[in-house]
Amino acid sequence: MEYFLKLFLSGTAKGSIYALIALGYTMVYGIIQLINFAHGEIYMIGGFTALIFGGFFFSKGMPVGFVLLFSVLLSIIYAAAFGYTIEKIAYRPLRGKPRLSALISAIGVSMVLQNFVLLAQTEKFLSFPSYLPEFKWLQPYKEYINSTQLIILGVTAVIMVLLTFLIKFTRMGKAMRATAQDMHMAQLVGVDINQVISVTFILGSALAAIGGVLICSYMGQINYYIGFIAGIKAFVAAVLGGIGSIPGAVLGSFVLGWTESLGTGYISSDYEDAFAFIILIVILLIKPEGILGRTQRQKV
Amino acid sequence: MKYHDIYSSQKLASFIIYAHILHMRKEEYKMKRRNMVLAVFAMVSLLVLSGTQSVFAAPIKIGVAGSHTGDLASYGLPTVNAAKLVVKDINDKGGINGQKIELVIEDDQCKPELATNAAAKLVSAKVVAVIGHICSGATKAALGIYKDSKIVTISPSATNPPLTQSGEYPNFFRTIAPDDAQAKLAANFLTKTLKLKKIAVLHDKGDYGKGFAELVKQYAEENGIQVALFEGINPGAPDYSAVINKISNAKVDGVVWGGYHPEASKLVQQMKDKGMNIPFISDDGVKDNTFIEVAGKYSEGVYATGPTDTSTNPLAIKAIADHKKEFGAEPGAFFLNAYAATQALLNAIAKAGSTDYNKIVAALQSEYVDTPLGHISFDKRGDIIGFGFSVFQVQNGKYVELK
Repeated sequence: MEYFLKLFLSGTAKGSIYALIALGYTMVYGIIQLINFAHGEIYMIGGFTALIFGGFFFSKGMPVGFVLLFSVLLSIIYAAAFGYTIEKIAYRPLRGKPRLSALISAIGVSMVLQNFVLLAQTEKFLSFPSYLPEFKWLQPYKEYINSTQLIILGVTAVIMVLLTFLIKFTRMGKAMRATAQDMHMAQLVGVDINQVISVTFILGSALAAIGGVLICSYMGQINYYIGFIAGIKAFVAAVLGGIGSIPGAVLGSFVLGWTESLGTGYISSDYEDAFAFIILIVILLIKPEGILGRTQRQKV
Repeated sequence: MKYHDIYSSQKLASFIIYAHILHMRKEEYKMKRRNMVLAVFAMVSLLVLSGTQSVFAAPIKIGVAGSHTGDLASYGLPTVNAAKLVVKDINDKGGINGQKIELVIEDDQCKPELATNAAAKLVSAKVVAVIGHICSGATKAALGIYKDSKIVTISPSATNPPLTQSGEYPNFFRTIAPDDAQAKLAANFLTKTLKLKKIAVLHDKGDYGKGFAELVKQYAEENGIQVALFEGINPGAPDYSAVINKISNAKVDGVVWGGYHPEASKLVQQMKDKGMNIPFISDDGVKDNTFIEVAGKYSEGVYATGPTDTSTNPLAIKAIADHKKEFGAEPGAFFLNAYAATQALLNAIAKAGSTDYNKIVAALQSEYVDTPLGHISFDKRGDIIGFGFSVFQVQNGKYVELK
């Protein structure tokens, strides 16, 4: 039982890592039905930005709390600017064109960003300092969960609640839902869909940046390629939960995390990916729109 | 590298490079013809010179065989340079017992069928011994011919384990550790130094990592260690806590990792975060300073096997400096191994006092010689003693060789 609990918690921690990235995927898909393959790269750039600014602030001898706050803030701004720009130059001109064109454009952006970081920064793995606090009271339970995992879990929950609130109860959320349902109709009733889509990308990229800082702190390392690997798993999680649905992305991520963790614990880690994709196939066979795909009518 | 193989644009690039190589081959061929003419001239003049010399003492002929042209030329040419440097040193000091050394150089392009040709030519040139060949496949093809003609062969680079371990080729020696030496060293270290009883072996499912892990498992089990867990993990994944829970549940007293440093640093970090302080032993892929930079304080105490450090050996420094002076460039692959091979061979001939096959073999196996690789000799099977892999441990942020 204790062993099961350990595996379950490590699956939960893993799931919350996937969820941080999957949320951004699902938001963008919910609005414009585009699988934003560049999302993983924004996450990686968010991590790099925090590393660079964090290193700069540390070298100026500033306190840890200050470094954490400002490097996260700056990386959010930087990543949001990236998201905004990418949408403007790579996706907006293709709006209304066949959906495949935008998809291919997204893959192109992903490669450009990866290679940009490879050339502008480094091809090597770099050490990522842990900016996050360690909770003393968690020490006795360190075999079950550690501080960073708990913080990631907490942040994921907060973001999910905030996003749901934003979409359900704010003016912008209403405009997003309208855009998601019918872009032309929304335009006719006076919704500035360009602005709505830009805001969606800015939000999604900001989430990716937060994910980048947290996950890199957990891994203790960063490299230009981490976005690609994390992006694939997060994408699977988003599809599993019902792409376009915010709670679905989080639930899908947890299901994926638990499957991988329990599969590793009771069978073998050799087949970790096999478990992940078997569960995906099974769920898509039973419910093609994902776990929460249908119940969440407003696809946002 | 595994990280890039998704880009098919690389195929295009390799096509362009291939077209380029074809073009270069043509040029090379022209060059070769020109060189042939020069070589004939040189040989004729050499014959005239050596003809006068042989009145006093016939030279000792040593063959040098390996890939000197083709795709793998960069593996073979440094050996030729190394042999030339050592022979020049000895000849300047008056040769061995009054006899000068003469090199006979044959190319095999690392191809077994050409290697047998090269071997036949060297046999008919009446060489006493051969430095080479370079690639394991070519070496194996040529060895039978040398064995029948009783010619000692020392390879600087053929790492295939059965070449020595099969016992088929008593005339074969090498100045490089065989492929399985690293795993064997790690397994012996687990048994004798760390005295572990039960271990977990993880790998990254790659050729290198999995190969190492499988050999360690095999040798560890032969040494009586129980391998409680043998699993591959996904390289690049952000989180390994599930498999770490599994390790802690299996109550092992050591973890072996076959793979590279990015995953190793995540593993040690996540293990120590869970309060596990059991030894972590890994391979050459982790014996890299980047590992210490990335893993930081978590790297402290980690063990890794890697080639014995020769960078501070004064003979190695001198050999490299000589190479730069003579050829105007940094030496290439296996240069120091070939340098040591030539030194060991000439030392054995000098100590044996003759060019008799049995006496040379006996001298190689009994005499120690100071080379750039260290103080070396050979065991009964022909593998090098005194150079190979060592176990290193991270101590105060640095890899320290454990003696």
